[in-house]
Amino acid sequence: MTASSARASQLPRDAHPGQERVGPPALAIDGISHSYGPRRALDNVSFAVAPASFAAMLGLNGAGKSTLFSLVTRLFGIQSGGIRIFGNDIRVAPGEALRLLGVVFQPRTLDLDLSVMQNLIYHAALHGIARGEAQVRGAEVLAQLGLAERAGSKVRDLSGGQMRRLEIARALLHRPRLLLLDEATVGLDVKARADILSHVRQLVAEQGIGVLWATHLFDEIMPDDDLVVLHQGKMLARGPVARVIAEAGADDIHAAFMRLTGAASESGAAP
Amino acid sequence: MSVTTVGQPRSGFSFAQYLTCLNGIVWREALRFLHQRERFVSALVRPLVWLFIFAVGFRQVLGVSIIPPYETYILYEVYIAPGLMAMIQLFNGMQSSLSMVYDREMGNMRTLLVSPFPRWYLLFAKLVAGTAVSLLQVYAFLLIAWFWDIAPPPLGYLTVLPALVLSGLMLGALGMLISSGIKQLENFAGVMNFVIFPMFFASSALYPLWRVQEGSPLLYYVCLFNPFTHAVELIRFALYGQINLTSLAVVGACTLAFMVGAIYAYDPSRGLARRGPAGGET
Repeated sequence: MTASSARASQLPRDAHPGQERVGPPALAIDGISHSYGPRRALDNVSFAVAPASFAAMLGLNGAGKSTLFSLVTRLFGIQSGGIRIFGNDIRVAPGEALRLLGVVFQPRTLDLDLSVMQNLIYHAALHGIARGEAQVRGAEVLAQLGLAERAGSKVRDLSGGQMRRLEIARALLHRPRLLLLDEATVGLDVKARADILSHVRQLVAEQGIGVLWATHLFDEIMPDDDLVVLHQGKMLARGPVARVIAEAGADDIHAAFMRLTGAASESGAAP
Repeated sequence: MSVTTVGQPRSGFSFAQYLTCLNGIVWREALRFLHQRERFVSALVRPLVWLFIFAVGFRQVLGVSIIPPYETYILYEVYIAPGLMAMIQLFNGMQSSLSMVYDREMGNMRTLLVSPFPRWYLLFAKLVAGTAVSLLQVYAFLLIAWFWDIAPPPLGYLTVLPALVLSGLMLGALGMLISSGIKQLENFAGVMNFVIFPMFFASSALYPLWRVQEGSPLLYYVCLFNPFTHAVELIRFALYGQINLTSLAVVGACTLAFMVGAIYAYDPSRGLARRGPAGGET
């Protein structure tokens, strides 16, 4: 094990009281760097997400959040470092890793011309789930997300909030153990945002799903969350929210973020 | 104290799951096709315009001597029918690649590419789906052509099927390969000018190669090395229950080469990795 992989494996927080975690982290990011030509989008980023935990990845536009998501989902190839999902290296065992992963990307990825259920059946097929089983699971996840009555509707006719909920339902259809959500509440009204966030937190508490929630909105982060602060491709802080705030010498997450990113800019961390 | 354990997923997929994945991709492509009725209509109108207008005008000018697989003199419309069938598949292949570029821009492509199935299999399934749609169009064209007295032997409708599958896969794979190199939808117009038109016109679709050779030896060789010529000839011979082995070999080899190229281009560590994130993402 390399020094950085050892570091990544130690990163998950201690288990919540009353719960002991066994096995590898849900997601281990280990010394990841990525460049688009001369532009460095990620610079030696390492952190981990524990199973059944909610980790927030906080960063402004250009921080490298979507690039990191594209690497975890294997849309981009890894240039340096390593990524493991429940111990499965995505380069060595991509199928095993991706089976355990559900993703909600920043842009909408639904087929607007198909119905809600047809979108779910298509996604299920891409995970080898037969149509009959897909319909049963589809009805379940739609009910969970409050979309049961829209199963036959064209996706084009849904509101922005409903589309996002459908994307979450779709991401849950194959019963993943890790869920990645990239700016999932962008463009939604206050109620839709609150509903989605609350549902995702419920998934962590009730179904034991590990969540990595990328955002630039401070009010989406709770004191109990794990936090990764990303700024211009560099990881500035990681750990429990309270610790990040304390180490930044700030009073709240907003002040801590401003202090960290201000310091990063002053010290020339920005490429 | 509760203990959270995470079971390792089963390694690999069963044959039935591979079939489920293939069915799902074909089903989605068929649904999209049915939703886009104008696409179906335009796919049919294009060859029919050639057949009803172009061929009628040119049959007086362009005589076709007896050449294999024909055993007698034929009307010009009969000669160009296989070329028009291949043209449907050529346009369909490019249409599929256009939809891949669109899906990539709109984000839908990610749904496909983050599937745990092997990337090569997903692309192959996408190719099969595109080919299946092209077959529907070709048989609809053949049905209309039958009313125009373009009627190959009844068995020909069956024997042409494998040829159509192979040529559909080749042209679809070419479209896929091209789509991997196109960054924006706007750039796709160039494909019309630099791929579709040269491939179609520099082939045996509209005139026999011996006629081309008479006019321009250079163009003759261009036509001879054009894989589309061999797709046309493969279809032409198959329509009359015969096999053109040279064309079969060329189309087979090109299908393989284009597919390998497309799979390579869509490999995360190569093709897509060179690009930055989609607009608005970071």
